[in-house]
Amino acid sequence: MLDWDPLILTFELALVTTVILLFISIPIAQWLVKTKSGIKPVIEALVSMPLVLPPTVLGFYFLIAFSPSNSFGAWLNEWLGIKLVFSFEGLVVASVIYSLPFMVQPIQSGLAALPATLSEAAYVMGKSKITTLFRVLLPNIKKSLLTGIVLAFAHTIGEFGVVLMIGGNIPGKTKVASIAIYDEVEALNYEAANFYSLTLFAITFIILLTVYLINGGYLKRFWK
Amino acid sequence: MITLQFYKKLAAAAGDLDLEIALNIQKGELITLYGPSGVGKTSCLRILAGLMSPDRGRIKVDDTIWFDSDTKKNSSPQERSVGFLFQDYALFPNMTVRENLEFALKKGQHKGIINELIEVIELGDLQHRNPMTLSGGQKQRVALARALVHKPKILLLDEPLAALDYHIRQKLQTYIHEVHKEFSLTTILISHDIGEIVKLSDRVIVLEDGKILKQDTPQVIFMSKQLSGKFQFTGEVIAIEQEEVVYIVTVLIHNSLIKVVADSSEVTDLTIGDKVVVASKAFNPILYKIE
Repeated sequence: MLDWDPLILTFELALVTTVILLFISIPIAQWLVKTKSGIKPVIEALVSMPLVLPPTVLGFYFLIAFSPSNSFGAWLNEWLGIKLVFSFEGLVVASVIYSLPFMVQPIQSGLAALPATLSEAAYVMGKSKITTLFRVLLPNIKKSLLTGIVLAFAHTIGEFGVVLMIGGNIPGKTKVASIAIYDEVEALNYEAANFYSLTLFAITFIILLTVYLINGGYLKRFWK
Repeated sequence: MITLQFYKKLAAAAGDLDLEIALNIQKGELITLYGPSGVGKTSCLRILAGLMSPDRGRIKVDDTIWFDSDTKKNSSPQERSVGFLFQDYALFPNMTVRENLEFALKKGQHKGIINELIEVIELGDLQHRNPMTLSGGQKQRVALARALVHKPKILLLDEPLAALDYHIRQKLQTYIHEVHKEFSLTTILISHDIGEIVKLSDRVIVLEDGKILKQDTPQVIFMSKQLSGKFQFTGEVIAIEQEEVVYIVTVLIHNSLIKVVADSSEVTDLTIGDKVVVASKAFNPILYKIE
């Protein structure tokens, strides 16, 4: 009997991560587009770091920082009762940071491509920045939002290094599909490895295909 | 009354520009800012709307201070009551024409204004269309209507008609004139079209290098020679050709070409592209009905 737990856990993690990312990436992207501050390049570099940094580096520092033997980890544990090492919550925090550029960058370029006069017109009419963001800006970058959501979701599914470092390999808790595959191969259980691999292959392909179909206008009749 | 008095250093492509403006505008007046590109006309409108802050100065509208560098007062664009017609129209593509107008309603404002504007600016047939499917002139009409929904006291028009052809221009000039009167607005227009300026504005402010060069009625500004002509038009010199001993100057007046005979002394200070007045004194013009 094949174990579905790793797959379910993977999609749970991807879903929670994507929802959190959507909420934090919109203000970050909007800030990056609007700001004239000198620290903008620094923030941009930090946001994009996960694109190039080996996931193990990120995982290693998370492990150190969140460890209950460390002051920050101990503080979290003591005051908030959160243990981020070898837990699902830890995976979520790490995934959010690891997939951040995949959400921020499409939204940022979408917002940057909108003419500045759109928001200025709304301000002159007396509309607040929040109203303008939700009623004018975001509805006009649906494609970018969809791209960001899907890339962040798919990228979280594909995570391995960070999850292994900070999550360990606890069945039903932190053992996601990508780790289960590694595990099964190590145990020479190729059939199970193939099952997980094929499922991930098919699902990620379908997700990305859908995005390209929608953003390429092939499904316009259904999308509108 | 609007009292503008401000200074701002602008970084332009051709180098820095010191924009220094002192100007009073009466309630109900329609004034035009006139001058070459890059003299700070658009910046003046943006500063008045609160989309740009001057380095120092004071902006007072009626009895309300909108900006004062001494007291650090700077009202946000949301707090100022201004209608702004952008050069690129800035219509929201995610809303229909009617939704664009409705979005501009203030909280609790009665919707009657929407129908009134749709009627005055004749948008009835367009109200359920997506703005992206409209022509330039139609977009401009929608933008004009939308700028007036929240009943601003001041209407700012940034070269609203520059991209439109002659007939649509004529029609929109009429709309602008109508709404200016109908909604008792104080209007500031940026325009390069002398015919349009003469037709619409009470006063012309000529800007040069960020300063006000002169201001007066359009007649005085553009027809400085004060001809006592029976009829006169302004146009642009398109060509100057020599024919035997005289010169033929071709002048574009609106969309028609007029050939005028001139002698050599008259053409010496004329070059192609000059704005000129074509006037006649001694002859009585004849009118033919054509439509």
